[in-house]
Parts: sequence; structure tokens; C-alpha cells
Amino acid sequence: MSTAVQGGTLSAPLVRLSGLVKEYPAYVAGRGNVTIRAVDRVDLDIAPGEAYGLVGESGSGKTTLARCLLRLVDTTAGRIEVAGQDVTNATGAGLRALRREMQVVFQDPVGSLDPRSRVADVVAEPLRTHLRLGAKEIEARVLTLLDEVGLGRTFLGRRAHELSGGQCQRVAIARAVALRPRLLVLDEPTSALDVSVQAQILNLLADLRREHGLTYLLISHDLGVVRYLCDRIGVMYLGRIVEQGPAARTMAAPTHPYTQALLASRPSVDGVEGVALVRGEPPSLTDPPPGCSFHPRCWLRAELGDPDRCVDEPPDLRVLAPGVTAACHFAPATPTTDHAPVPR
Amino acid sequence: MSGERARTGALPITAEQPTTGTLPNTAEQPTTGTLPSTAEQLIRAAAPTPVLEIRGLRLAFQGEERRTVALDGIDLVIAPGEAVGVVGETGCGKTVTGLAAMRLLPASARLTADVLQFDGRDLLTLDDGALRRIRGAEVAMIFQNPTSAFNPVFTIGAQMADVLAAHDRERGDAARERIRIVMASVGMPDVERVMRAYPHQLSGGMLQRAMIATALLCRPRLIIADEPTTALDVTIAAQILALLRRLQLDEGFSVMLITHDLGVVRRVCDRVAVLYAGRVVESATTEALFAAPQHPYTRGLLAAVPRTSASSGPLQTIPGSVPTDIGSITGCAFAPRCPVVQDRCRAEAPWLRDLEPARAAACHFPGVSVVSA
Amino acid sequence: MAIAEAAGEQLARRRAPFPMRAFVRDPLAIIGSVIVLLLIVLAVLGPIIAPYPGARGTGQIDVPSAYLPPSLSHFFGTDELGRDVFSRVILGARPALVVSVLVVGFAMLIGVPLGAIAGYRRGRIDGLIMRTTDLFLAFPPLLLAMAIVAALGPGLEHAAIALIISWWPWYTRIARAVTVSLREQPFVDAARAIGVRDMTIIRRHIVPNSLSPLVVQATVDVGTVILAAGSLAFIGLGARPPQPDWGLMVADGRSVILDQWWVSTFPGLAIFVTVLAFNLVGDVLLRVLDPRHGR
Repeated sequence: MSTAVQGGTLSAPLVRLSGLVKEYPAYVAGRGNVTIRAVDRVDLDIAPGEAYGLVGESGSGKTTLARCLLRLVDTTAGRIEVAGQDVTNATGAGLRALRREMQVVFQDPVGSLDPRSRVADVVAEPLRTHLRLGAKEIEARVLTLLDEVGLGRTFLGRRAHELSGGQCQRVAIARAVALRPRLLVLDEPTSALDVSVQAQILNLLADLRREHGLTYLLISHDLGVVRYLCDRIGVMYLGRIVEQGPAARTMAAPTHPYTQALLASRPSVDGVEGVALVRGEPPSLTDPPPGCSFHPRCWLRAELGDPDRCVDEPPDLRVLAPGVTAACHFAPATPTTDHAPVPR
Repeated sequence: MSGERARTGALPITAEQPTTGTLPNTAEQPTTGTLPSTAEQLIRAAAPTPVLEIRGLRLAFQGEERRTVALDGIDLVIAPGEAVGVVGETGCGKTVTGLAAMRLLPASARLTADVLQFDGRDLLTLDDGALRRIRGAEVAMIFQNPTSAFNPVFTIGAQMADVLAAHDRERGDAARERIRIVMASVGMPDVERVMRAYPHQLSGGMLQRAMIATALLCRPRLIIADEPTTALDVTIAAQILALLRRLQLDEGFSVMLITHDLGVVRRVCDRVAVLYAGRVVESATTEALFAAPQHPYTRGLLAAVPRTSASSGPLQTIPGSVPTDIGSITGCAFAPRCPVVQDRCRAEAPWLRDLEPARAAACHFPGVSVVSA
Repeated sequence: MAIAEAAGEQLARRRAPFPMRAFVRDPLAIIGSVIVLLLIVLAVLGPIIAPYPGARGTGQIDVPSAYLPPSLSHFFGTDELGRDVFSRVILGARPALVVSVLVVGFAMLIGVPLGAIAGYRRGRIDGLIMRTTDLFLAFPPLLLAMAIVAALGPGLEHAAIALIISWWPWYTRIARAVTVSLREQPFVDAARAIGVRDMTIIRRHIVPNSLSPLVVQATVDVGTVILAAGSLAFIGLGARPPQPDWGLMVADGRSVILDQWWVSTFPGLAIFVTVLAFNLVGDVLLRVLDPRHGR
């Protein structure tokens, strides 16, 4: 585990979510206005210097969680702390100070940049917002930042539509690290890129983290991307974290039946025969199933003869091995390797 | 236009002309010489009469000021009952290859080909009526975005019945019966409800199943699937891919699967064609391709995919990005990004040529992974 | 290594084509912009160009030569006071343009920030602003302007104020609609995550990106406001005699339209051509102003 711990904060997490809940109003035909719970009582600690990967399918709440953390939306209940500061209730100058500590890179490379702004202004925006610097100093810093992400002086005057997707993402990364934040939230940073460009960006992110001791919260649906960048992962399903553990171990020996299904479903280039372990589709957030939200699709439950406990009682996260927790009544401490994909 | 000439030169791909005949270093390449050309060999490998035969397909879009070359000599043959993956990154021409195969191109497209045949019929000379009868009936398409493939104001059942009516197949009760059968074959739950449903009432996975069902209605000989699972979640995608493969094996139709994802290809395809800058750079059986990729681009793509197993050191990357102006390239289009590039690669474009039966690569130095001094 | 990769990516890009070419290629666009340019020249140099400008730039009065038909000395004929209609049409360009540009400018100045704030902040302030615009939009703009002029008393300045009051809600609506879609863009989220203040985001990111549809609308509106101001003048609620106002001139000639048709027709044509020209230019701007044009 390459946890680059920063001085003096060995035990205190950089990010602490406790009981985080985010609800949205929604309209359902025939039922009128209902409340959707996109994130459901999530507890999560991320240590300084750690790279934490959050995986899950659409509707799992992983992006909503990130937006709450970044305070782009207000949370419904629970508490978010970054570097010991309360994010949930911060306002004004306090919130702006917190924003220096955490930055974000979004999925859409072109949409992340104002189509009318020159690259120089995009990267300078955080500097101008938070620091009082002269024009020369700003330009010097912008050039340093562009150099860090592998772009040269010639890019200063360009606009988003004159850049490739990979270049746009490099600019977005330069903007995100401009203020030397401690936490970088990466929301599907390479999903819109071609494989060969994705590899470049992933390497860049790995390098930046090593050089600056950054903490990452990486959100991705691609388990390979998460495995490459992250030390620890959490798997979300319908707003809850259902499994959490060290990335290497979780990928090699997943414990929760959903994690096993995710890994098995992944089309692999290494010839591990993919199988559709789960039937059906994720249930709608407007109508979550009782008990364990995964039970209607769970292959393990089917194998066990559909025990009632899965329907009656929502499972809590329980420790299955050191550092490994899973929210399943029946997940064995030693994972069933016959369902887990064989590591190469 | 002059750029296009610069690359393709005076060497059209024809069956008669050994493609590397006039080039130097012939002796070092045992596969040229007496063996028949790539195209013929591919056909032989894919015998009997191919469902789709594309040879020397060139496509350019004529803009107001410039001509943009999209395809620069595609060779692709799909045998009956075969699933062929067409793989490549953004802008390599994989989607327009699929559209060209159905002659579904905008008016600005300038299409030429040595051969463009569906089931032995020349697609270049067929009139619009004949093309229309082929589309949707003998060749069906599945698109990336199932939401926009259906008209939002009609029910799924009505739209499927329209397809049958448009091709003078079953009507009325017979049509409904046919739709029920096909819906059941794609594993659609609650068929009656889905037939009465409007597109927005179904999830993405259900719509993709409905689209596959629609494609199957007229018992097509070829299904062209363009990124059929890219918009879907991974657990749903796995179901859809398994379904497509099962149906293909059961019903015996051919599949052209267009995708950027090598993992998807590995799961459902018999054979793979890797596209780069408007050309097929490598073509092989799925097994052979993944076991020992011959073209440096294929090798680079495979190495760039982050794995869920061991992770050590930085990912291998392909430097730079795909060329946007194919027409102006001299030499091998991959040369600027190639780790084993030689002087010859910058000077002359390699043709797709056979390395062994049913295996071809467009590279002067196939299989070479280390630069020798 | 990263630099080399980026350089490779950079080589692969090519310059976006110059958008003005689309402008130049379209014959209607050329006609429209030539007319608009001509109007601007007339507005600036009117008293110099006009053959009979008169002492106060309202047309020289020459009662004995009233109602002369169009001829070589009076291209558009003369009116009841013997003033050269051609000169008065030329002299009318300035008040027409000045009033409409001022009206559109002030309407935008009021409307755009309100719309951007409403669309960006949403919630209660959005409701307040938008219900207010609804209140104004409930009346046909010309009717509302007439009511306001009636209250303020006739005159060009009052007509202009009335038109501003009835025009700004349209810009609020457009600005809000564009803002609502812009605020969902990741680059706005990125600015928020950086900690950029809301008003700075609106000023730096929202308003510049919503300018395209607004400029198009404004261009078309310059023509429409000329028509509206002319209409007010026609019914006696706008410019007062002897101002060389096109609407006023049409009104002057309406009693003799059958016999001395030229008195109304030529100023009427001036309004028609002007409105058309601004519409043509607006159409082309719609295509040219997109920063992604040419992709």
C-alpha cells in the first residue's frame, strides 16, 4: 500500500463522511411527488495520500456522493469533513477556503472548459480567484502547470474546440492542481477518452499523485482504471457502499455477490470468460427493494434457496477480513473463488 | 485530394496485383511472392459466398472547402454465421464502414470500392428500392443509443409491426405473434406490457433488447451492431453480449460488431479487424489476435488497457493521438506513434498482407516488438 | 515524455476554418450587411448627403413646389410642404437607428443580467423575476408602449422609454433559458468548485456564452424597434413634426396615398428594407457567432 502519509496527520482522515444522505425530489407518474434517496447513509474515511476508488453502475449514487463532497449540492443529512473542517455547513469565506483544499476533474473533457476561455485563462482562474498575484507571476505559474500536465506554451491561446479530448482533460487537470489542493475528486476522468489516450491520462494522474502527495477520490465504472490508480475501493449499489477493501484484494477475491458479478461482467482482454452472473436490471431508485437492495438480482441468494433474511433485514457492513467489509448476510469470510474471476 | 494520392499512390488494391511486388525487401517477406493476395486469401478463409464482401473501400466527405478522407482502402469479408469485430479508436472509420456497408451515407460522401457486395449482390449498383428491401430485412442495424433509435410517440409493438409491414412480412395477428416469438427469444420479460409500452417507459437494457428483437424480426442474414453496449451498465452489457452471441449461434446470422472495446470483441467475435486511420491494419481470428498481436498498434492498444489483476509500473501508452487528416498522410499512418518505426515506414504505406492463412497485417515489420539497432 | 505526447496530439489538430467565410459566401448576407452599412453611413453623414437638408436638418421647406411627383431633381418627389422626400428619407436614418439601438441596448442592459441571475440562482429570485416579466409580456409590446407614451405624453424620448419598458422582458427570457442550460455544464461546476463567486461566474462564464442568441435577437430587434417606433409616430405617439421620422412621414402621406403615393411609399419602403436587412444579418450572425463553428 503506497500511502504517502503527510506529516502529523497519521491517524486523522483527510475526508470523513458520516451518515451521508442525499435525497432528491422526483415525480413519478401515478404516484406524484416522491423522494429519491441517491446516497443512503454512507460512512467513508479517506486517509491523507490515499487513492480511494468508488465503483458502481449508473444510479448507484457515486457521482452524487462526489457532488455532495465538493459542495456542489447540499446534503440532506449526515456530515462531511475535509481536513477536519465541516463541509456540509460551510459558507462564504470558510467554504472558499475549503475549496482550495479539494478540486475536481469531470468526465466530459470538452464540456469542462468554457468554450470561450483561452487555456491560459482556464488554468489561471483558480489562481486569480484565491491569490493576489501579478500578471507575470500568473503567467509563470500557468506555464509551470501546463508543463506539469505535458502541454507547452503554444496551448496558452487555444480554446476547448481547438484541443483533442486528451488535451482538454490535461487542461482540466492543470486547473484542478493549480492551487495545490490536498484532495482531487476524479469523476470518470477517462471514460470519454480512447484507450490509448486514457493510458496517458492515467499515467499523468499517477505521476501527479506521487509528486504532490495528493489524495484521490476516483469515481469510475471501469474496474481496471480503479485498480490501476487506487489503493482502496468501495463498491456502491443503490446509494450504499456494499463492499470496501484494499483494491488488489477486492479485485482478486471479492466477497460481496454484487462485486463478484461486476468483476465477472467486465469484458476482459485477457481471456477470462465473462459471465452474466446477475439477471435483470438495477431496481429504480423510486422503488427500492426491501431488505438488501441487491436481493432481487442476487445469484448467491438464489443458490442458497432464497432465504427470507435478505428481504426482511437490510445487511450492515461487517468486517470479513482485515480491512475488508461487506454488506451481505451470507458473504463468507473466505470468498468463494469459483465465482470470482481467476486472477491472471 | 493530392494528399490522398500521395498515400495511396498508383497502387490500387486489386486481386491480380501482388501488393508488395514492386517494393524492396521482398525476399525477406516469405508471405508475398507466390501466395495469392490478401483479399483473395481472406475470401478463401471465409468461404463459401461471403455475406458481406468489402474490398478496397474508399470514402471521402466532400466539404465546402476540403475533402476529408474517412476510409482509405478497407478490406473486410464476413462469412455466413460469422461474427466479426471491427475495432478502433475515435475517427478510425469503424462507424462509417458499417454505414457504407448499408449505403447509409450522407450526400457529401464519395464512395468507391473494388468490391462491395452483400450476399453476392453488388451494393454499388443496386437501386434505392432494392437497397431499401435489403436494409432492415436482410441486414439489420443495432445502434449505441437505444433511446433515440425508437420514435418516442409510438409504442414498441407498433414500431416493430411497422418493420414487418415495411418489408411485406406478417401483418395483424400474425405480426403480433411473430413479435411475441422474437421478444421471447431475446429474453424480454413481460412481453405484452413491453409491446404496449412507449420507449421512455423502458430502461436502457430493455430498449436494447427490444432493438435486438426488432433487428431479428425479418430473419436477417447480417446484423451490424455499432457499439451496442457502450451506453449500458456493465452487468447489463454482459447480458446483452451473451444474448447476441447465443442468438447468433442459434439463428446462424452473421454479425459485424463495431466497437472501441477489445474486451467486447474477445467475448463475442470469431474474427477481428483492427482499424486505424481508415484502414484495416490487422485482421485475424480472435484467438490468434489476442494470443499474438502482430501490428504494433494492436499490441499498443492491448497493453494500454488497465487490468484488474496485477498492477505494476506505469501503463504502456501509445504516444500522441489518432491522425485527423488521413488524406495527407505519406507512408504508414501509424508511423508517428509507432515504437518500432523504421525509415521505410515513413516513406511507403504498408498494404494489408497475409502472414499466415486467415491472418493479415498492414505492417512492414509485423511481430517486431523491439527496435534493432 | 508527456511533452512529446502532447506535441504529437498537437500535430494532429488542424486550425478551425475562418468563420467569416460563411458570411461572405451567402449572397443574402452580403445584401443585408451592405444595406445595414449604408444605413449607418446615412445616419452619420445624412445632412451632408441629402440634396435638400434644410437649415435644421429636417428638409428644406418650399411650399410652392408641394406634391411634385418623383423626378430627376426630386427622386422621391416632394410632400405637402414641398420638402424633398428623398432628403427626408435620408435624414430619417439617424433618428431611426439611434432610437432603436438605444432601445435595444437599454433593454438588454436591464434584461440580460436579470435573466442570467434568474436562471443561475433559480428558486425564489427566479420566480420573482420571471413573474415580473410575465406581467409585462401579458400585453402586446406595442399596446404596452402606447399606454406608457399616453401616460408620459408624446415625443421621441418618451416613445424610446416606452419601448425599452416593453422590450426588456424578452431579453430576460432568452438570457434565462440559455443560462439554465449553461449552468448544468461541467465548466460551470468546475468554476463553482474552484470557489469563484456566483456573480463572477455569471459575468465571466454565463453571460459571454449566452451572447450569441442575444446578439442575434438584438440585431433582428433593431429592425423591429424601428418598425415599432415608426408605428408610434404614425399614430402620433412618437416623433413630432417636423422631425424627419419615417413613421411620421408615412402618416403624413396617408391622406393623399392614392394621388400623391410617393409621400408615404418611399419612407414606408425605407422601413421595410431596414427591417429586412437587420433580419438577414441576424440570420447570418446566428450561424457565424457559434465559437464551435466550423467543426
